[in-house]
Amino acid sequence: MIVLEKRPQPSKAWSYATPLVAVLATMVFGGILFALLGKNPIEAIGTIFWEPLFGEFAFYYRPQLLVKGAPLVLIAIGLSLGFRAGIWNIGAEGQYIMGAIFGAGAGLAFYPLDAFYIFPIMVIAGAFGGWLWAMIPAFLKVRFGTNEILVSLMLVYVAEQMLASVSLGLLKNPEGFGFPGSRNLQSYDSAHNAELIAGSGMHWGVVAALIAVIFAYVLLNRHMLGFHIRLTGEAPRAAKFAGVNPARLILFCLGLSGALAGLAGMFEVTGPSGVVSIDFNVGYGFTAIIVAFLGRLHPVGILLAGGLMALTYIGGEIAQSQLGLPAAAIQVFQGMLLFFLLAFDLLTNYRIRAAQSEVA
Amino acid sequence: MKFTTLLASAAMALGLASGAMAQDKTKVGFVYVGPVGDGGWTYEHNKGRLAVEEHFGDKVETVFVESVPEGPDAERVMTQMALEGADLIFTTSFGYMDPTINVAKKFPDVKFEHATGYKTADNVSVYSARFYEGRAVQGHIAGKMTKSNIIGYIGSYPIPEVIRGINSAYIHAKKVNPDVEFKIVWAYTWFDPAKEADAATVLIEQGADVILQHTDSTAPQAAAQEAGNVVTFGQASDMSEYAPFPRVSSIIDNWAPYYIARTQAVMDGSWATVNTWDGIAQGMVEIGEISDAVPADVKEEALAMKAAMAAGEYHPFTGPLKKQDGSDWLADGEVADDGTLAGMNFYVEGLEGEIPQ
Repeated sequence: MIVLEKRPQPSKAWSYATPLVAVLATMVFGGILFALLGKNPIEAIGTIFWEPLFGEFAFYYRPQLLVKGAPLVLIAIGLSLGFRAGIWNIGAEGQYIMGAIFGAGAGLAFYPLDAFYIFPIMVIAGAFGGWLWAMIPAFLKVRFGTNEILVSLMLVYVAEQMLASVSLGLLKNPEGFGFPGSRNLQSYDSAHNAELIAGSGMHWGVVAALIAVIFAYVLLNRHMLGFHIRLTGEAPRAAKFAGVNPARLILFCLGLSGALAGLAGMFEVTGPSGVVSIDFNVGYGFTAIIVAFLGRLHPVGILLAGGLMALTYIGGEIAQSQLGLPAAAIQVFQGMLLFFLLAFDLLTNYRIRAAQSEVA
Repeated sequence: MKFTTLLASAAMALGLASGAMAQDKTKVGFVYVGPVGDGGWTYEHNKGRLAVEEHFGDKVETVFVESVPEGPDAERVMTQMALEGADLIFTTSFGYMDPTINVAKKFPDVKFEHATGYKTADNVSVYSARFYEGRAVQGHIAGKMTKSNIIGYIGSYPIPEVIRGINSAYIHAKKVNPDVEFKIVWAYTWFDPAKEADAATVLIEQGADVILQHTDSTAPQAAAQEAGNVVTFGQASDMSEYAPFPRVSSIIDNWAPYYIARTQAVMDGSWATVNTWDGIAQGMVEIGEISDAVPADVKEEALAMKAAMAAGEYHPFTGPLKKQDGSDWLADGEVADDGTLAGMNFYVEGLEGEIPQ
């Protein structure tokens, strides 16, 4: 018989190894899934992981990895700080939407003025929009003790309604023949988050994501606030004795994650997307939760995890068109990744031992 | 600029290479907004794709990517298809409009066809179907079939195409049943079975005994079947698995002839930018079998209306018609022009509620 035995200390080795083991297990079981669908599993896995990085058209896909990965990393970094302290912001998708609305709205208010200060104002407005939306669950939690998981999640749906409303009304393109959606910010130079070097995929959102990674790393390792965040998550009672103010920590963590999600939305709407439209959001805020955990809530880990998720998205699309894999199979494949990660996480806290009944 | 050249030359190099290897196989790409198994909109586009394969056999190769979100992801999928040597790409949802135009700029030698949009370019055509003609037939049957005089309508997005359908259905329901009332629910999705089922259930609870839908799944049919005495119509596809009841008829989008013709045009080198808007007359809109659940005389009237539209003798938007606010729109006998219809953003007189803003 096999028994699970709780480790006295979480295993450091396993906490680093589980993401890799999870990726390998996903490849194996994903391969079996693809084989059952009648595709060559090695070819399919190869297409997903190899083609975007080193395939014939890698010159196009590599920059796209940055475009797809940047919002994931930016949002996940913010979420990870809260998660470490046991503050669960599940509503990053809503904050992402509000950031896009505020950012784009600020820019469109200046249309068609041409000035250097418009884009910085939009950046601030985007961060403010996300921050504001996250402050609602933060305030309610601090003041009335509500559950931030539920409130932040529900506010996603409110934000989606707001998005539909502004696409059809306030921000609707006056030259759009009555169709919903804003003006395309890509053709408004002062508000366009263009690639910094053409063809590199490097836009301000990517820069912001990298800065956020460094900032979070320094905060967690070198700063008192980062220590408080870690302490609150690992030993709440000790944190209290150390003088951590829980209310302030909640406001900070939710506010920061909201602001970063808002920034991600703002950079997306002014760059790759271009328009505020009813279905502008495609789930970055939710996928970022997977990215945060896949990256072990560690800034560098999140950077790698964001890249990996982006890879499965882009590789998955290539596999669809080249091999005719159904979209659902790709989604199952991505789901497996989180599933195996959580499953193998068990080994961080427990060890598997064969029970020796005769000795006992 | 450099990147554009790089992409274009890569595409050209590949085009030459694969052209030589595959003996001038024409490669046609399809970008779908839902899964091919949605049983509605995407299902019919995919049927069009299969028809292209069947018609041209070895001379074509088709590829598709399903469930592509409208936005930057769509742009990447299209670019990927163009890079991999597609000669012609059909982008089959309204929200693909700006991405299509963006990608088309980078690949001047690839032809693009965007469904239901309004932006064209040297290598971008747009095409759509006059679904409102089918809605007129549905409205007629719905007006005759309802006993509660409440007709539920599941709208997807409040865009002109959907508003046109609501107006057309309402005008023709009202014509045969002056007491009829429309209840409209906006789902803000093209395909989401759970949301669509919720919307149908809400409408049924509000007393609707006929449900019209502008969303793509069969979830409303299932909800109606469960309720027992509610009439539905197949949307975009025949949805005949719910016939003869609750599904009593349907609007079928038949894209196959258009897809075959456009692929042929690319092969011949005769492809040119067009703005196609075909209806029942050209066969792009079909009316699915009207089932026996509909009384024989109603069925006859509906078929007569269909025949009149096919012959060009009847236009669903024929005056006298007023707008919702009571202002005049069309004088007696006047027919709506395509420009107004294309950008329709108002309800006709009698409809209640406001178009969401």
